Amino acid sequence: MSICYGNLPRGLVTALLVMGVTMSIAQAGDRAEKYGGENRGKPVQPSQVNAKFQQECSSCHIAYSPGLLPAASWRKVMSGLDKHFGSDASLTDQENKEITTFLVNNASNRWRAPTAPLRITETAWFKRKHNSHEISPTVWKNPKVKSPANCTACHQQAERGDFNEDNIKILK
Amino acid sequence: MFRKFKVSSVLVLVTVVGLISSPAFAQTPEQALASIQSDAAKTNKDFKGFSAARGEQFFKAKHGNEWSCASCHTENPATPGKHAKTGKVIRPFAPSANADRFTDPRKVAKWFKRNCNDVLDRICSPQEKGDVLTYLLTVKK
Repeated sequence: MSICYGNLPRGLVTALLVMGVTMSIAQAGDRAEKYGGENRGKPVQPSQVNAKFQQECSSCHIAYSPGLLPAASWRKVMSGLDKHFGSDASLTDQENKEITTFLVNNASNRWRAPTAPLRITETAWFKRKHNSHEISPTVWKNPKVKSPANCTACHQQAERGDFNEDNIKILK
Repeated sequence: MFRKFKVSSVLVLVTVVGLISSPAFAQTPEQALASIQSDAAKTNKDFKGFSAARGEQFFKAKHGNEWSCASCHTENPATPGKHAKTGKVIRPFAPSANADRFTDPRKVAKWFKRNCNDVLDRICSPQEKGDVLTYLLTVKK
């Protein structure tokens, strides 16, 4: 009797424990695997934005938030600035070092995949957030959008690193 | 005597602060041109000066690549330009329409290097740079 009385709750406790552990593993697994591990970090730029980064990277396009790509991507981008998507965007060694440090230190902290795409638009999170269910294909054809790299066409606060859903105005 | 001393020290102070706060090695576009001219004379013993007409032609022509200078800076450099790829607005290129142009030697060197590589796949000669700047200085707002 005493065995039965003692065994039942122990069995229950064990079962609950196993269930709990399994669930948290599953949840952790889900989180790690979100967008196949190609997940952006907090998309808001740190309050201490590096002035050199802001000045140099916004000469030709918006200064894309470092959290949109993993550190390995930023290292690749910054080591190939002489041929930056078809343009020479080279910097002095000192400027390059300062900006690379800033980008790497603030890169996505939720990226788990061993990938390092050069384009933000090639990441799994970007593709999922901008697929045809989310954005009608006609939007991309709008001349004001011009390119999916033109965040500010719809994300009006993108230059400040703000991609909040409340601040999106999708062009028709 | 005391007052005189005070005024002169204030003047010195103002001058020193002014020098420190102004951008390093600030220059006028004419000084930029003079510096390119001295490079041209050094590197080419047959150098015969710059030409605005040649500069304009160079500026508006393609040089084997997809873009000319005018692709981004427009056919009228006194008006704002637009980056040919990203669409980002570029402030006017002509000094008459944008007083910041050619006033920072580091910027001048940086952008000539970058943009000549994009347009010509090589750096520009002092002759080419000087011709273009001579042309830009003739463009009225």
